[in-house]
Amino acid sequence: MDINKNSYIFGFATILIVILSAILSTSYMRLKPFQKINIDLEKQQNILNSIGINVDRDSAKETYSEYIKEEIVLDINCFEIPGNAFELDLAIELKKDERKQKLPLFISELEGNKKYIIPLRGKGLWGPIWGFIALDDDLTTIFGAVFDHSKETPGLGAEINTTSFQDPFRGKTIFEDEDFTSITVIKGGAKEGDMHGVDAISGGTITSNGVSDMIQERLSRYLPYFKKKIEESKVKAIFNFMDTTSINYDTLQIIQ
Amino acid sequence: MSNKKSIFSKKNKKLITDPLNDNNPVTVQVLGICSALAITVKLKPAIVMAISVLVVLSLANVIISLMRKMIPSRIRIIVQLVVIASLVILVDQVLKAFVYDVSKELSVFVGLIITNCIIMGRLEAFAMANSPWQSFLDGLGNAFGYGWLLIVVAFFRELLGSGTLLGYQIIDKIGLYNLGYEDNGMMILPPMALITVGIIIWIQRTKNNKLIESK
Repeated sequence: MDINKNSYIFGFATILIVILSAILSTSYMRLKPFQKINIDLEKQQNILNSIGINVDRDSAKETYSEYIKEEIVLDINCFEIPGNAFELDLAIELKKDERKQKLPLFISELEGNKKYIIPLRGKGLWGPIWGFIALDDDLTTIFGAVFDHSKETPGLGAEINTTSFQDPFRGKTIFEDEDFTSITVIKGGAKEGDMHGVDAISGGTITSNGVSDMIQERLSRYLPYFKKKIEESKVKAIFNFMDTTSINYDTLQIIQ
Repeated sequence: MSNKKSIFSKKNKKLITDPLNDNNPVTVQVLGICSALAITVKLKPAIVMAISVLVVLSLANVIISLMRKMIPSRIRIIVQLVVIASLVILVDQVLKAFVYDVSKELSVFVGLIITNCIIMGRLEAFAMANSPWQSFLDGLGNAFGYGWLLIVVAFFRELLGSGTLLGYQIIDKIGLYNLGYEDNGMMILPPMALITVGIIIWIQRTKNNKLIESK
């Protein structure tokens, strides 16, 4: 047979493509459940990581249910709505109309203190970047942060998933008095004592800025929730204070 | 496939040893330079890249060699590319499902493997005209030739640029920082990769007589 005839060429190309695409799509369908397990475990691992718990992937599931007490979904006005926060895909949510976005929030309990974990997602240089940022009980201090990426330049932007970049976030604050002041990643290094800045990565400026923007954008959505919670805790503190003062007053009387 | 006696004949052995030195795809043929510059900042991605190129190149060589009498010459480049791309996607999917950590290292470089001209070059120059077994050996040899260079360049770039090897703090452990030593930030940038490759070529040419051009 003449293999340079047009009909042969078309036939050959068609058969080759059909076979290859059949192989690829079957392998994709077959492997997807395994991949989903890995991706879910990694998400749980990352959430735990943001509150300072390091586990390997195999034990992530048990540890996760041990520490993460609540998974809630908020609407854009920060009212709680029913939904599965863990399965909520931020990549899809971010593309939606602003008013229809749902906000996932994870609450963990660590040594009696609540930690609020907020999922992040934004743009790096080559593709999406994402992560989790954990706020302390007071909803002002950052308790921990993890970031990850899919396509950032190795050795440069890709360094956002290393502890040397993530650790400095701990202890920074997101409120200046009453005003929201996000954390910025600063080129050339943050000044000592700067409560809202951390060092950027040399050579990874665009990815670093992406991290800043991502934190700013995501956290600002949760502000009504934070304010509500902070008010609640203030009221609680006043009640507590009143309780203790009355006790003191009582004891004074007894002494008299 | 060739008969059993000749499986490791002298000629076949040469298919593996030749690309390591005398006919190295990177230092002698100057192919695959692009990826050699891009992914040699750290040692680990370089190793992962070397292994994945090894798998893709040897498999693609065998597949193309098996089909070599059926492929119409007018669309042979497209056929080669489709085979390479499918293999890379397949490898990536398998890694994602079973060795997730490795796949995270690899994912950035998938595109680079498909466009790596060493693979296309070997398919076009060797697999299209030789038996599957020989093509397999040729694939292995060239992947090794590419891999060792990648690993050597990455070794020096990570050690001198970041002071680490596979992520371990080497310079810090030795205590050189206390003596006033500082990491060379230039090593992280692509130009120094080119210069490192250049130095390796220089050393290779002074040692290997076969590569010295006659005047």
